[in-house]
Amino acid sequence: MFYREAGDFKTSYKDDNQTFPIKFDRYRYYAVLFVAFALVPFIVNDYWVNAMLLPFLIYSIAAIGLNILTGYCGQVSLGTGGFMAVGAYACYKFMTAFPEISIIVHVILSGGVTAAVCILFGLPSLRIKGFYLAVATLAAQFFLVWLFNRVPWFYNYSASGQINAPERTVLDIAVTGPNTDAWAKYMFCLVFLTFCALIARNLTRGTIGRTWMAIRDMDIAAEIIGVNPLKAKISAFGVSGFFVGIAGALLFAVYLGAAEAGDSFGITKSFLVLFMIIIGGLGSIFGSFAGAAFLVLLPVLLKNVLVGMLGWPTDLAAHLEFIIVGGLIILFLILEPHGLAQLWRVAKEKLRLWPFPH
Amino acid sequence: MKMKLASLALGATVAAAPAMADLVFPSLSYRTGPFAAGGIPFADGYADYFTLLNERDGGIGGEIAQVPECETAYNTEKGVECYEATKDSGALIYQPLSTGITYQLIPKVTADNIPMHTMGYGRTSAKNGKVFSHVFNYPANYWDGASAGVNHFLEQSGGSLDGKKITLLHFNGAYGREPIPTLEALAEKHGFEFNAIPIDYPGQEQKSQWLQIRRERPDYILFWGWGVMNQVAIQEAANIRFNMENFMGIWWSGSENDVKPAGMGADGYKSVQFHNVGSDFPVFDDIQKYVVDAGKAAGAGDQVGTVLYNRGVYAAFLAAEAAKQAQEANGTSAIDSGMMRDAMESLTITAETMEAAGLPNFGPEFSVSCMNHGGDGMAAIAQWDAEAQAWTLISEFAPSDASVIDPLINADSAAYASENNISEGCS
Repeated sequence: MFYREAGDFKTSYKDDNQTFPIKFDRYRYYAVLFVAFALVPFIVNDYWVNAMLLPFLIYSIAAIGLNILTGYCGQVSLGTGGFMAVGAYACYKFMTAFPEISIIVHVILSGGVTAAVCILFGLPSLRIKGFYLAVATLAAQFFLVWLFNRVPWFYNYSASGQINAPERTVLDIAVTGPNTDAWAKYMFCLVFLTFCALIARNLTRGTIGRTWMAIRDMDIAAEIIGVNPLKAKISAFGVSGFFVGIAGALLFAVYLGAAEAGDSFGITKSFLVLFMIIIGGLGSIFGSFAGAAFLVLLPVLLKNVLVGMLGWPTDLAAHLEFIIVGGLIILFLILEPHGLAQLWRVAKEKLRLWPFPH
Repeated sequence: MKMKLASLALGATVAAAPAMADLVFPSLSYRTGPFAAGGIPFADGYADYFTLLNERDGGIGGEIAQVPECETAYNTEKGVECYEATKDSGALIYQPLSTGITYQLIPKVTADNIPMHTMGYGRTSAKNGKVFSHVFNYPANYWDGASAGVNHFLEQSGGSLDGKKITLLHFNGAYGREPIPTLEALAEKHGFEFNAIPIDYPGQEQKSQWLQIRRERPDYILFWGWGVMNQVAIQEAANIRFNMENFMGIWWSGSENDVKPAGMGADGYKSVQFHNVGSDFPVFDDIQKYVVDAGKAAGAGDQVGTVLYNRGVYAAFLAAEAAKQAQEANGTSAIDSGMMRDAMESLTITAETMEAAGLPNFGPEFSVSCMNHGGDGMAAIAQWDAEAQAWTLISEFAPSDASVIDPLINADSAAYASENNISEGCS
């Protein structure tokens, strides 16, 4: 009734090609932006931001990054944790070496450094595919963590190998360090997420995204119709690395404040982000958000319900949490192998026909 | 999504329900994950001691002590979540029992004016109270432990370590890397050869490390492990018939859980301790009577008297003493975290205080000052007797080599201060 193309007349090519062609979608999108930018910052407290919103925003960026590589270009990567570590350590080195430059520049530069590293580790993808590539990226994961543990230059020769984020400000408002207001951290990450999502969405709609998808669907066919696999794969690794690096930098600088390669960026992080995009939906920007929300918010929710409301022992609750989250993942994959994004698509199709399905 | 957030909000408010009248000692525990074997007894001891105070004495100075628990699984991100969830409930002190989480919380607790006590772990240079105003690591820290171990080896080899080889087998994380600078400095001083062999998380597989040890044949091994990696290392040492007399763990690698799986093979294994071992103290009779027999014990209630349970009790005892002294100093029973911090900075533990709490000679006597947040660094050596299935202290509590440690602490804390623009306090 209210969700359909009919009656929404497009009179220019620009209108025809917009991101959200359906009027309702467009207004919903503006509404979400309005709530996120104009309402949430005024009502959040420390707990909401630090336990739920910040991890959600940051992992969304990482999931978008991995989704470009794995979901759109079909290159399986198990090195996300290592690439996030590159972002984090790059950010730390920039922050301590050039304290006078804005943290925004540092985060973007960290993304650039990670993109370069990611391209380097992406080179083998031209020769090896599928599971074999997954193993090559797994090597990147272990190599990078080992490197950051091993070479003291990366952690400025501190005794324990930990890196600490000093206080940095944007427009005289602290965004990193201990004296940061919850809303400032939230806004800082939200701005980055918004820009990343906009860039990713538009990249995947254009030529470059189509070449990625062509490579994903059948690389030989893509080559025959004139897609350059070198360019497509390397650009996917680069763009993916850029986003993952930003996520790593934000995770370290804004969210954790102190980090260590093995502990914060281990193999579990790689799997976490991979699960996010599998559950959320491969090849979908919305899926990246949905997957991140599912895996960040659900454990916190379960913990609060089981321990906070029911008063169960913490260890029992923690074990149950594994069982419930694991069970839900299996259930989702059986019922909807294409992830939460597919549920969303189906819901939209149904809405189009409602209230008169055939 | 909205539903989810609404129920989350509900859950969050319930979890953080403020209990204004009570004294709150949040316990960031880990009863799951690869380090649960160490986390469970400590959390039990910590909770049971406060339960004892509530049941026997009616709380601390008439105020009931609450110990809300939050599961971190030794994971730094969960640790941050736990801290945020509990800090607004009037938390007086944090003891995260994880060096990684400690590093995260050091700037946060300082900004929130809540003291943190990292007993025998955390950032060693936090001993310098001029830089780390809200972090305390009395009565001993890692560098004291490393020095105590080397001193013991020195004694063992007849007063000289010249030309000997000491290997540090350590967890490849913040915790395990802490002692390296000290050991490097000590190697220079005593003329022994030092090398470090890292074990990656979680350390269930150590074949390559022990192959390296067999190849290099060190005279002594110092061991910085935690959780499952302790049992594996001790078993591996037994397998290659390494002389257990020359194999020593830090206090986190010296509990019953670590040595029992290796059976007789672990006989003679040593560990550094900063408090006494065994259950031969009056307080344990009271815990049995008021807590365990009353069915109020935390966890399964089967850990009483083990090394790590004792450490939990000791941590709770030191926190409760600081709370008492804060109540006396401020003339009110309802203290806040700022008063707690001030009391911790002037805390004095004498033989009488320990005796009064039913813990005679349990730990060293020490006093804390603004300049020195770490006590005197007294440590003793314990040895495992596999026949009797018991740890016994084989040395007196002795001070560490301050001439080596103090300059290192000053250098590391100065680096932290300049990185974070902290001006020194305690004028």
